[in-house]
Amino acid sequence: MSEVDTLIGKTWRKPSFIKRRWLRWALILGALAYLVAAYMTIDVNWVRVYEGLERGKKFVLAFTSPDFTSRSSDIYDGMLESIIMTIAASVVGIAISIPIALGAARNIAPLPVYLICRGIIAVSRALQEIIVAILLVAIFGFGPLAGFLTLSFATIGFLSKLLAEDIESMDKVQAEAIKASGAKWTQWINYGVQPQVMPRLIGLSIYRLDINFRESAILGLVGAGGIGATLNTAFDRYEYDTAAAILMLIILIVMALEYLSGVIRARVQ
Amino acid sequence: MPVQDLKGSKIWQRRTGRESLFHWVLWLIGVAVFAYCWQQISASTTWFFVWDAPRIAHDIWTRATPPRWEYISQLGKPIWDTLNIATLGTIFSLVLAVPVAFLAARNTTPSRFLIRPIALLIIVSTRSINSLIWALLLIAIIGPGVFAGVIAIAIRSVGFCAKLLYEAIEEIDQTQVEAITATGASRWQVMAYGIVPQILPAFAGIAVFRWDINIRESTVLGLVGAGGIGLQLSSSLNVLAWPQVSLILLVILAAVVISEWVSAKVRGAII
Repeated sequence: MSEVDTLIGKTWRKPSFIKRRWLRWALILGALAYLVAAYMTIDVNWVRVYEGLERGKKFVLAFTSPDFTSRSSDIYDGMLESIIMTIAASVVGIAISIPIALGAARNIAPLPVYLICRGIIAVSRALQEIIVAILLVAIFGFGPLAGFLTLSFATIGFLSKLLAEDIESMDKVQAEAIKASGAKWTQWINYGVQPQVMPRLIGLSIYRLDINFRESAILGLVGAGGIGATLNTAFDRYEYDTAAAILMLIILIVMALEYLSGVIRARVQ
Repeated sequence: MPVQDLKGSKIWQRRTGRESLFHWVLWLIGVAVFAYCWQQISASTTWFFVWDAPRIAHDIWTRATPPRWEYISQLGKPIWDTLNIATLGTIFSLVLAVPVAFLAARNTTPSRFLIRPIALLIIVSTRSINSLIWALLLIAIIGPGVFAGVIAIAIRSVGFCAKLLYEAIEEIDQTQVEAITATGASRWQVMAYGIVPQILPAFAGIAVFRWDINIRESTVLGLVGAGGIGLQLSSSLNVLAWPQVSLILLVILAAVVISEWVSAKVRGAII
């Protein structure tokens, strides 16, 4: 009997995403049990939530009439500091992450250098910005320097990892051609490797600039400078119209950066 | 080819004169901007503290080591809360992200000029605001606790998941959709049998990827009072209990590494 004969007369059923039946049921049951257990331990205070809805409505309405004027000097200073931190940290972070990326590419670096650079990347990626910021504020004191160092540190992990992956997947033939012409190591990197990874480097750098700006908005919460401190104060004082204004500015700048990065990436690629 | 004439012999150059001038000006502007930024940072820094930093760092290090291992008995519940914030937040965000993604994708949106921009605006605005800020806001609205953390993570993830998902929807194979449509299927049937099976692997991958990121983010949500292990971190920091801080940081590091490992394994199995 062929396969068709066994299937004739039966209604077709959609094949499941997970084929093994016991695994499927075990996963479903496990997920249900987890959800119940999780819900039991959250203990939501629904009365409090209900009372909060009024304030929530006020906040949403605040977006229709954001208040840019009454705290304009605070907002301006905070925004400027955020932007300054972002730019400085991106420049320094990118400058440091290029040599580290070269070291973390297995086809360029010898094994010991490779391991050290990969270690640096792993450490930088595992620690969140805000935790690094807390430690750096404790060490360097309040102010934008701590924020600048935090963002630079975070940039290294992000950019080096992605750039190293790009270097590892580059076209070997071009690099070899440069080497065959008798180029020194620096010339080899400059003319054989760099032109191949440059579009990606520019794209990633602008993307990281965008991320750094978003992150700089929260560093102020722990005293590391930027707009976060102003935003936190606005929330604490229930000045939702000012908070809405700040959030709108952040969204606007992020959108502008995203648009800019789209344009630049389309040009370099 | 850009060449330079040097005493009769031609030398290869990478750029023409105009191009190199343009590059030079760009670099000049860049350096000037950076110098200005650095000056501003330097102006608002108390340099005495910075010169003192190595001593302070050493001091903190001696206070923080060894970690207070007994404290781990009190971290069980916060870790469980953190896991819940990340998982429930991811589930909520996926529930919200799926309709947004379908409204934002060019090939499934009901109206390209009215609804698609709204969906894109939702994606951009939720994505550009950090989960800590969402948590701050929600704490002001619904009070501190795990629930605020869950919602903060959920809102923050909507944009991310919806963006990746709508890109996956736009990349689907249109012939399969046409085949289902040709059988006379309704709009919903086309979606269920033509589109959903094609994006299911991408969906699962996005879910696990975002869950991994959410574990990282939920570990620090407690700093603003939204539950999880961050609460313990902030209270230990407030009383300068450095041995507890170092233990919590180790636990967070372990959680991040484990979640990344799990997510890599699951994604490897799906894709």
